[in-house]
Amino acid sequence: MTQTAEAPVAPPPRADERVGRKSPLARILARPEAGAIAGAIIIYIFFFIIAPPFRNASSFSSVLYVTSTYGLMATPIALLMIGGEFDLSAGVAVTSSALCASLFSYEFTTNAWVGVLVALALSLLIGFINGWLVIRTGIPSFLITLGMFFMLQGLNIALTQTITNQVSSPDISTLQGFNSAREVFSASWTIGGVNIRTSVVYWIVFVIIATYILLRTRIGNWIFSAGGNPVSARAVGVPVAKVKIGLFMAVGFMAWFTGMHTLFLFNTIQSGQGIGNEFVYIIAAVVGGCLLTGGYGSAVGAAIGALIFGMVNQGIVYAGWNPDWFQFFVGALLLGAILLNTYIRRRAEASI
Amino acid sequence: MSTPQNTPPAGKHHAPPDPSPARDGNGGVPLVKLINAGKRYGAVIALHDINMEVGAGEVTCVLGDNGAGKSTLIKIIAGLHQPSSGTYEVEGAPVSFSSPREALERGIATVYQDLAVVALMPVWRNFFLGNEVRKGFRMDIAAMKKMCKDELLAMGIDLRDVDQPIGTLSGGERQCVAISRAVHFGAKVLILDEPTAALGVKQSGVVLKYIIQARERGLGVIFITHNPHHAYPVGDRFLLLNRGASIGNYDKNQVTRDELTGLMAGGAELEQLSHELESAGGAAAEIGRELEEDVTELGISQPTTTTESDAR
Repeated sequence: MTQTAEAPVAPPPRADERVGRKSPLARILARPEAGAIAGAIIIYIFFFIIAPPFRNASSFSSVLYVTSTYGLMATPIALLMIGGEFDLSAGVAVTSSALCASLFSYEFTTNAWVGVLVALALSLLIGFINGWLVIRTGIPSFLITLGMFFMLQGLNIALTQTITNQVSSPDISTLQGFNSAREVFSASWTIGGVNIRTSVVYWIVFVIIATYILLRTRIGNWIFSAGGNPVSARAVGVPVAKVKIGLFMAVGFMAWFTGMHTLFLFNTIQSGQGIGNEFVYIIAAVVGGCLLTGGYGSAVGAAIGALIFGMVNQGIVYAGWNPDWFQFFVGALLLGAILLNTYIRRRAEASI
Repeated sequence: MSTPQNTPPAGKHHAPPDPSPARDGNGGVPLVKLINAGKRYGAVIALHDINMEVGAGEVTCVLGDNGAGKSTLIKIIAGLHQPSSGTYEVEGAPVSFSSPREALERGIATVYQDLAVVALMPVWRNFFLGNEVRKGFRMDIAAMKKMCKDELLAMGIDLRDVDQPIGTLSGGERQCVAISRAVHFGAKVLILDEPTAALGVKQSGVVLKYIIQARERGLGVIFITHNPHHAYPVGDRFLLLNRGASIGNYDKNQVTRDELTGLMAGGAELEQLSHELESAGGAAAEIGRELEEDVTELGISQPTTTTESDAR
């Protein structure tokens, strides 16, 4: 806020006497990600006290890594939810993309990059079909993508079984182009004894891009309006159908990206992988302040939601607890976040 | 204000009203004019033989009860439908719009009853939704906020903060933002679909004030309402609809507020209703008698016979 530059010429008190009451704290609380930030700080402090290994930089880097694998997908899911839609197929779509890339390049013995591109086309197509069906039929995306979820899950397992006679894809590390693809999708560096994976960097970059699109471009304006009031948006000329299909395809794109990361990290993919992750993405977005009804939320919030998830995921291990408790905590977290968000939003709206 | 004249309504005159002297230089050519326009949906005649016009700096009120054909009329003017008979002229030239966008390009903007706003979005984002000002790829947010604030000020709306969600504004304020948005994006004619229908007395007053503001700025306003008390103070012309046909087309100096109210209430029909209620007996008869008294009080019991010269 460098608008003070115009102060010398501006007529003395430009501020409206009716806006004076809003304190800086209320301003922060009015942001969609406010609840998530508060929650992240509390959980960080909690594990910092209770789990000594949590305090190391190296263990925090592994928290960040786990976070990034979920955060990469939580970002487009948050945009999609702001745009008023769900995608329950996002978790298995990651696996579909990775399986497609590995099976295609392995079976046809092509360069690994060919498989990567074929998988990209498939992922975008899945996103397009989801979006197109939702727009054309008017059926809630919850149902459409639930159907897509089961279809993809079945395809993943059945096709992998048929082609390879196994439950996982073959190791593709001997293929041409594998190493360069790994450099792109799954590299890691060591900085000051701390291992940092590229996925963390990509995650942060994508969150910045998503935030920029959401707040600074007209496409962001359209996303908010498509979720907030699609009828009105259409009436003033917003291409709501294109926006929504585009959002589903953005989810497809990130599913591809996440799938490629996993594939080139492990060389092989389990066909049953990814089930349940779609809920993690949605939880991260909701914890980050996205409304289930659309029209409200932020990409940064979803990133912080993913961070909370990552911290709990790793924190339980560092604290030496039985990891079976993890899901209980995730559920409690989701409930707590929803209650906190509702409370904060009511407060913020009341104090305007 | 024109001097109140006690001349009774001249009855129905289906011929287009005399080209009254235009209030400002436009050569007297009305911005929007319908000549003998009608609309059929298959066998259903939704509108029949309608004449109306609005010039720059004029407010034409379209009055009618539910089902009178107001919505069909708006849809024709807004470009959603085409008239199945008659002519639609914009600035003197016959037009045939195939979409609302075409009407919008000719400066005919419609502000609908249910308001095209997204409640959770800030006022300025709503204001520019679909027409964002851009600087390269990104939006020019500072310029948009300033333009929004200035445009609202020009309409006399002093908003606390254009960054607040539009849902936090009152119904009247929201209506006004929608109106000033239409004005900002080049509207010459504003069609306001029941802008006061869902509002309280005070809020309705606010909206009426902005209708006058828009007129003062030289816009033509078509104000659709079923409330003669809202229409009379701001209107220059009044078109009354009933069952898809015009039952009156008056200049302001040809009609009084009470006559308008009586016509609106559909004197004859009300009278009939009161008789029906009375014959039903019991509590209904009570209501029926009251209704009858009201009809007599309003002075226009039989608009078809046009014998209401004794109306006060």
